[in-house]
Amino acid sequence: MIGQADLAPPAPAVLRERGQREVFCGLTGIVWLHRKMQDAFFLVVGSRTCAHLLQSAAGVMIFAEPRFATAIIEERDLAGMADCQDELDRIALQLLERRPEIRTLFLVGSCPSEVIKLDLGMAAQRLDRHLAGRAGGGPRVLHYSGSGIETTFTEGEDACLAALVPHMPAHENAAAPQLLVVGTLPDIVEDQFQRLFAELGIPAVGWLPARRLADLPPAGPATRVLLAQPFLGETMRALQDRGAQRLDALFPFGAEGTTDWLRAAADAFGINPMHVNRVVAPGRERAKRAMAHSHDRLRGKRITFLPDSQLEVPLARFLSSELGMVPVEVGTPYLHRDLLARELPLLPPATRISEGQHLERQLDRVRADRPDLTVCGLGLANPLEAEGFATKWAIELVFSPIHGFEQAGDLADLFARPLRRRDILRV
Amino acid sequence: MQLAVWTYEGPPHVGAMRVATAMEGVHFVLHAPQGDTYADLLFTMIERRDRRPPVTYTTFQARDLGKDTAALLQDAIRQAAARFAPQALLVGASCTAELIQDDPAGLAQALDLSCPVIPLELPSYQRKENWGAAETFYRMVRALADPAVRAGPRQGRRPLANLLGPCALGFRHRDDVVEVVKLLDSLGIGVNCVAPLGATPADLRHLGRADFNVVLYPEIGAEAARWLGRTFGQSTIDVVPIGIGATNDFIQAVAALAGVDPAPALAAAGARLPWWSRSVDSTYLTGKRVFIFGDATHAIAAARIASEELGFTVCGLGCYNREFAREMRAAAARHGLDPLITDDHLAVEAAIRASAPELVLGTQMERHIAKRLGLACAVISAPVHVQDFPARHSPQMGFEGANVIFDTWVHPLVMGLEEHLLTMFRDDFEFSDVAGPSHLPPAHLPAAPQAPAPAEPAAAPGWTGEAERELRKIPFFVRNKARANTERYAALHGRAQIDLATLYDAKAHYAR
Repeated sequence: MIGQADLAPPAPAVLRERGQREVFCGLTGIVWLHRKMQDAFFLVVGSRTCAHLLQSAAGVMIFAEPRFATAIIEERDLAGMADCQDELDRIALQLLERRPEIRTLFLVGSCPSEVIKLDLGMAAQRLDRHLAGRAGGGPRVLHYSGSGIETTFTEGEDACLAALVPHMPAHENAAAPQLLVVGTLPDIVEDQFQRLFAELGIPAVGWLPARRLADLPPAGPATRVLLAQPFLGETMRALQDRGAQRLDALFPFGAEGTTDWLRAAADAFGINPMHVNRVVAPGRERAKRAMAHSHDRLRGKRITFLPDSQLEVPLARFLSSELGMVPVEVGTPYLHRDLLARELPLLPPATRISEGQHLERQLDRVRADRPDLTVCGLGLANPLEAEGFATKWAIELVFSPIHGFEQAGDLADLFARPLRRRDILRV
Repeated sequence: MQLAVWTYEGPPHVGAMRVATAMEGVHFVLHAPQGDTYADLLFTMIERRDRRPPVTYTTFQARDLGKDTAALLQDAIRQAAARFAPQALLVGASCTAELIQDDPAGLAQALDLSCPVIPLELPSYQRKENWGAAETFYRMVRALADPAVRAGPRQGRRPLANLLGPCALGFRHRDDVVEVVKLLDSLGIGVNCVAPLGATPADLRHLGRADFNVVLYPEIGAEAARWLGRTFGQSTIDVVPIGIGATNDFIQAVAALAGVDPAPALAAAGARLPWWSRSVDSTYLTGKRVFIFGDATHAIAAARIASEELGFTVCGLGCYNREFAREMRAAAARHGLDPLITDDHLAVEAAIRASAPELVLGTQMERHIAKRLGLACAVISAPVHVQDFPARHSPQMGFEGANVIFDTWVHPLVMGLEEHLLTMFRDDFEFSDVAGPSHLPPAHLPAAPQAPAPAEPAAAPGWTGEAERELRKIPFFVRNKARANTERYAALHGRAQIDLATLYDAKAHYAR
């Protein structure tokens, strides 16, 4: 007799490693979060290193009067804690005076601020109370940690969104289920999904983060959460604490992933499957047509992901099931087994999944595996190219529109382009 | 606390990384939290290096705090020493590790490695990137230079120099070294060691063999040169050969110190800047107002070139590295200016606005400020983006460096002039949009539209139409001055209306 466990697909073995990690810290999330939240300002409380990281990551964007900055801790701040809180108040108030349009001020914790145990939660509460008395209601002051010791790259967004959850209003009509899409998406992608949800007949969709603080969507037991990004464990937990339920779905990459994601929402709202098929079909067909360009170049090619954003597992699933690529190693900084429960079984059984990193050992594996394409950070991309490996730098996958039907072709092309380039070059 | 959106310099451990990355056979173990590896991409992307910087990070996380960060550091050191087998190992802490107070020096020494271990103190909350580079290089020189190696007797051999200061992520350091080596060679002087760029710890061991030191970038090399002077009695050349005058001074100083004839080097045929600058085409550069900001070395050199070699008027001068405030104050005094010594880019922007320059020479930051203010600009100093690590040979030093500088600085101005000309002749029949490119046959042009009658320019308040029309016949680059003078003259003489006579009366008045 065959037991239930034998029927479930085998859970892939996971290689867990510790050692040097070549990853960004959570502060980097500010670079895209501030573009999405138009009335928010991100004040990092940290060191010169933090400021240097932000300007290195933000590149040329830093000059367009950005809504983020660093309060750099100096020698005299380290002398006494009380002084530090006063300094922070002074800087925050000076900042808000200069930028009166700001409605949310995030105090963002860093490694130095956490190691010296500077209580940003207290600072945020104090400033929030102080500002609440202002005419027309002052800006809200919130806090989260984007430190390297606590967060890896996209986990900075997770921490930020989790900090917003307690400030989401309660549902007015708590009986009717309401859809909440969580995770920063480029506006154009959000608008595409908005149209699809409307066509499906799903009423009033909430988006977290909202473009403006005043539009923060409601949350509660009626909330049905559709995660747009795989790195949102803390946010999901905070939403569950308010009674929200997660809709299990593939992440919306490619024709199949996007279909599954939309269908999960439609099912939760009792939409007729025939209607879902009708609404989804045109986009799904377009996505497949757009990906066809890259199909020949990617099919059968072996790919390795080094850990970066937690997008690695869903992207490997997309490349494997829709474009015929062969994932060799899929590295992720953190593996949320429950959020990826639908994704993991779809990876080919031979895929090596690794969580965490020991950089030198992992690079040894890349050299031994000799994949056709390696997805990695900018600190590793050129050195690997010089060793003869084709690479795709991972950060672009976080900044570019890649979700949904209309972006599926672009997403495939992001992986096909470095291979195409190697074929073109004659130098 | 200090509010910062943009920083001119990174933290001191980035300076240490610049030295480690510049050298061969060195490995640096940095006690740092997860995330500090971002600095790798400065080297692999901006400088486009084909290897990872030789840096191992401990990348500790929150769960490691309070129990085993020291063990983590020791593991990292042991593994890096085994894997990379460096000739010398640097150990240091970044800003966060500085706070948790593991002792990298003691922990490394306890491991009893076979290679020399050089511990670095990098006070992240007081000092910055350039200081970190200078300190690291100084520590390495001090630890590695063999006091027994000395310059031998001079008979029958070329004098030998060390070139100190060129570094990874240095603005044009790669090509400056080529130019200075060429200059020294034309003087019959050999190079004992270029460091840190391209040097190994073994090379540093033999620094004492040189007769003297040439400090190309005082920000990075001066500290080590001072110690070498004390220890080996080597003299230091600290004239930085950026610009024709400075290059000539450099040649004279080096020749005097080495006891060689400077004439052949001074007569080098490669310098085109002097003739380019004297050619009549450059006359319009005279008195152009230029604002200069960068690291002290490049800013001071640029100010001399601007005033003595291109005939500009320096209307603002400053630097972001406080360590060189004294040198900067002296240089600014020569130009009759108060120096701007600040690392706050908003203060720089305010100073640029206030001094109303026609050209801004600065860093990447000033490039963006100038763009916002609609001013011409050229880059003279780090920090810089990827485009200022060019593939082509582009030194700043020596005679070829002067050629590069002439082109680089004049280019945005010529562009400015072209832009003005196009604006000036916008209504000209041959320049209008419908005329199309002049080198293509007119056959495919759309039928000429009926030209609308040119609109009568509206006269400014106080001006008669006739006077306003006459004013517009004056070339644009003096027109505003003419307008201002005329209005001042009219006010002075109580004339309510400016007519043709007032215009020409004013012209005659100010001509004296």
